[in-house]
Amino acid sequence: MHPALSVILFTSASGGGYAMLALLGLFGAGGVLSPDPLSGWVAFIWALGMVTFGLLSSTLHLGHPERAWRAFSQWRSSWLSREGVLSVFTFLPAGIYAIGWLVFEDIWRWAGALLSVSAIATICATAMIYASLKPIRAWNNLWTLPGYLAMGLASGALWFTLWAELMPVPHKPAYDFAAVGLVASAAIKLFYWHFLDSGARAATAESATGLGSFGKVRMLTAPHTEENYLLKEMGFRIARKHAQKLRRIALFSGFLLPLAAVLAALLTTHLVDLVLLAVAVVLNAIGTITERWLFFAEAKHTVTLYYGAERA
Amino acid sequence: MTSLPAYPSDRKLGLVIDLDICVGCHACAVNCKEWNTGGHMAPLTDYEAWGDSPSGVWFNRIHSFEAGEGVNGRTVHFPKSCLHCEQPACVTVCPTGASYKRGEDGIVLVDEDLCIGCKLCSWACPYGAREFDEDVGVMKKCTLCIDRIYNDKLEEIDRVPACVATCPVGARHFGDLGDPKSEVSQLVAQRAGYDLMPELGYKPVNKYLPLRTNRAQAGCTGAPAAPLKDPREEGTGSRLLRWLDRALSR
Repeated sequence: MHPALSVILFTSASGGGYAMLALLGLFGAGGVLSPDPLSGWVAFIWALGMVTFGLLSSTLHLGHPERAWRAFSQWRSSWLSREGVLSVFTFLPAGIYAIGWLVFEDIWRWAGALLSVSAIATICATAMIYASLKPIRAWNNLWTLPGYLAMGLASGALWFTLWAELMPVPHKPAYDFAAVGLVASAAIKLFYWHFLDSGARAATAESATGLGSFGKVRMLTAPHTEENYLLKEMGFRIARKHAQKLRRIALFSGFLLPLAAVLAALLTTHLVDLVLLAVAVVLNAIGTITERWLFFAEAKHTVTLYYGAERA
Repeated sequence: MTSLPAYPSDRKLGLVIDLDICVGCHACAVNCKEWNTGGHMAPLTDYEAWGDSPSGVWFNRIHSFEAGEGVNGRTVHFPKSCLHCEQPACVTVCPTGASYKRGEDGIVLVDEDLCIGCKLCSWACPYGAREFDEDVGVMKKCTLCIDRIYNDKLEEIDRVPACVATCPVGARHFGDLGDPKSEVSQLVAQRAGYDLMPELGYKPVNKYLPLRTNRAQAGCTGAPAAPLKDPREEGTGSRLLRWLDRALSR
């Protein structure tokens, strides 16, 4: 699948943003946060900024961005529509929670709880857009949803941790969440890549054409001499050796090195903590974007079976 | 509404494509382009039509495959267009209601005025039936020539999709696959017509008729494949020619 930059940025930035909102809501509901206005402003600008940047970026690949509002209508059948509704709805509890924090200097726990649930539901809906597509085996499997949740949590918790260290937040509650998110991301991606390479449940050129009774099916001539939309959008191919390298970058830069930095930050002084966490955030961003690029680039669509692919 | 029709009628209009007959001439694809670039989903935009690498939107593409090896192998021309599935995920994934399946005849269409061009429907189609029009910014697809089949301005014989009307060898058939008594349904029953990628569960309405299997000896004339004998051997050719051959060989 063609890795469109707008969609990569959307899923990476808004995934982390919604997870950070979920943690802000969760810790607020748990009574761990104090309503200090400055740290509140920074937190909401940070998290809502990431979310908004991601959502706006996602509209860039539309043929008619001015009609994007129509996407809120078909939530009964479409995960993309559900994602649209949830992503915008989340601004409501976020706004109420922010008003309580910034204006009334009070943590409204119920709003925090609602924000947390709504933000997590949004990440799930984003993942389901991909997980529900049967023609793409690399997405239509059990690893997609936990992958999006874990990677969102890893990014969001890292941002939250850095924010909590920068601001006069009394407790530093998100270290555990960051570590769990990073370990879970690494484990899920390793299992996911193993599943991809195993070739399990792949469709074949034989079942795509129904000609398997004669033997192996090969393309003789393509229907057209030049690339068409289908090949540009769905026929994206990546060299195997690059995939392996990029997987290692995603694994180490995205998850393992940030994990080491987070664990080291538990032992060091405040100033070193800040540096370590800032490095972890940057490395995680590089790894997350690399992984998201691979998520698209490695995904094969069944339409390629009609263009010479043996399996998809 | 991108939910599937709650009470679909029994009518399932679609195509039956005879792979045993198709000669791969691409006439169906050309006539499809010709009709539809002025039809319901017009235009079928071309990019760089006179440039170095022309490309564009087509609703019908003719692939050619080889299947198997040697005397049992086959060359198969394989036309592919929208299969107007009974479970079209291209419809249900649409966030705006642009993509829809008609209850009355099962035809899958796009309302271009509602389409935001998110392309998700093309990802959801396993068969590659939908092509995005970059100029117009909306998704386009086969309409089963909805502007021909119900068009009372046309002679009745012409009220079939353009691809069916133009096929020079009769490899394409149009009809109601929901009616077991229809000609197309009977053809599918007689010839064991099949679905593409049935394992994905889209339940395509269009069916493909397989190659006939009794053609395995079609290339055999019955003559023995013995090598030619040397004409100088006794008992072959005429005596005069053998003498001439010996004389000239000296």
